[in-house]
Amino acid sequence: MLRNRFLLLRRSTQLLILALFLAGPWAGLWIVKGTLTSSMTLGILPLTDPFLLLQTMVTGHWPELSGLIGVAIVVGSYAVFGGRLYCSWVCPMNVVTDSANWLHRRLDLKKGWQPKRQTRYWVLAMALLVAAGSGSLAYELVNPVTLLHRGLVFGMGFAWAAVVMVFLFDTFVSRHGWCGHLCPMGAVYGLLNTKSLLRVSARNREDCDDCMDCFDVCPENHVISPALRGRGDDTPLILNRDCTSCGRCIDVCDLDVFGFTHRFDTQLIQPTSIEPGPRVPVTTKAMGGHK
Amino acid sequence: MSDLKKTGLSSAKRRQFLGDAARTACGCAVAATFLTVYQAQAKALPADAIRPPGALPEEAFLGACVRCGLCVRDCPYDTLKLAELGETGPATGTPYFTARDVPCEMCEDIPCVVACPTGALDHSLTNIDDADMGVAVLIDQENCLNFLGLRCDVCYRVCPLIDEAITLEITPNTRTGSHAVFTPTVHADACTGCGKCEQSCVLPEAAIKVLPRRIARAESAEHYRLGWEEKAKAGNALVPGMIDLPDRMPDAGAFEPVFQPEKGQP
Repeated sequence: MLRNRFLLLRRSTQLLILALFLAGPWAGLWIVKGTLTSSMTLGILPLTDPFLLLQTMVTGHWPELSGLIGVAIVVGSYAVFGGRLYCSWVCPMNVVTDSANWLHRRLDLKKGWQPKRQTRYWVLAMALLVAAGSGSLAYELVNPVTLLHRGLVFGMGFAWAAVVMVFLFDTFVSRHGWCGHLCPMGAVYGLLNTKSLLRVSARNREDCDDCMDCFDVCPENHVISPALRGRGDDTPLILNRDCTSCGRCIDVCDLDVFGFTHRFDTQLIQPTSIEPGPRVPVTTKAMGGHK
Repeated sequence: MSDLKKTGLSSAKRRQFLGDAARTACGCAVAATFLTVYQAQAKALPADAIRPPGALPEEAFLGACVRCGLCVRDCPYDTLKLAELGETGPATGTPYFTARDVPCEMCEDIPCVVACPTGALDHSLTNIDDADMGVAVLIDQENCLNFLGLRCDVCYRVCPLIDEAITLEITPNTRTGSHAVFTPTVHADACTGCGKCEQSCVLPEAAIKVLPRRIARAESAEHYRLGWEEKAKAGNALVPGMIDLPDRMPDAGAFEPVFQPEKGQP
């Protein structure tokens, strides 16, 4: 199968969603109006970002019905299908941070500053506290994600500077720093990801030859171990809410260890060969196995 | 022994956890401080940036608006725009318009308000004539053509609430001594702040401008009472038995009326 099929699929989805937003202002084809913070599709489907609405609500403002319906649809769909699908399949910043990561690896840079993965929840709490304290959506003045999308749809202004900062941060300061450690929007979608149906399963983990390609490519690689390194009755499902369901592990694995499935499918695939092949030493494969 | 080891480990763990938490909390506190200062500065709304109809008072608006741009998209006249980052204007991403460029056309169905998903544009505004985006102020009487005694009248003619929000008040033209001056007069209660007057002012820089109410309006002290109104309310003089003496005019020779219309002229 095509090696980078999920990467290509993700890029297509991200582009398609952006195209839907741009078709109106660019071609007069009004399918989707607004931005990712709140939009209206074909005049009937309202969608509102939970982080944005949460911020307005902590300032003490109660939104209109269309905003509430919009957020209910978004929260419901992501909670059922996969909270952080937003991060890797929708968010325009993903392209920026993925490019930064590509450069980071091309330059063979060290991981750099690695704040704890939970830092994003602290940032989320901080953003909400400042909103509550100041009565205004303070974080939205600097939120690079909404700045970027609004910039693309309505006009960039200096928003590109915020995007460049994220790019530089992810390239030179901290590997997977923004999306993997700090972004509070991703934190909200992560919270929606706790019971989601769509899961990656290391169902063929018996075939794993410890090449480390998946750990290397995964932007949230702490999620893999429990599933991949599990033995016996341990679930092969990646259940950690930080998993963005990007499918990169499926893409890079030469032995087809991973696959998309639902959270009730704990089935393991029996090893393909009865005679386990010679295990390739971790180091040699990991050095040459990726670009 | 094992107990000791256990407590030793857990206390080290606890110490590390507390240390990590304290470090992250401090980092967040620094970020929060910068953010608070930045948002306070971003609250300064320039006087010529007008919020869409139905916008909540600025403080509440900045907490309610999610900067989605749906109001901008549903404005049929492309009046509204979103503030861009780096622009010296309203808070980034919030909607506004500049009356001199494109004023509000005061659509009867107020599509911008209907589109707002959060109510930052108050959905209880259903009659556009009740909108209160600002108040037009005839800000420069020295350059206004009507004040100079000419009959420009453009601001008055274009006003969607002609004869309510703007009237022409007739006063004597003291320069010619024989004409009238038709002064455009804004009535703040009726004015919606749509900005049609400001946009259409024929001068290179408009003599009439829409300003936020906080700048445009004075406020009468609460304890002030206007004698003639109180008298009308009471139906009679408030202090009974006051003698109303005849007003004394200047001596006939010393008084020369300035305004002397020639016979036959209106």
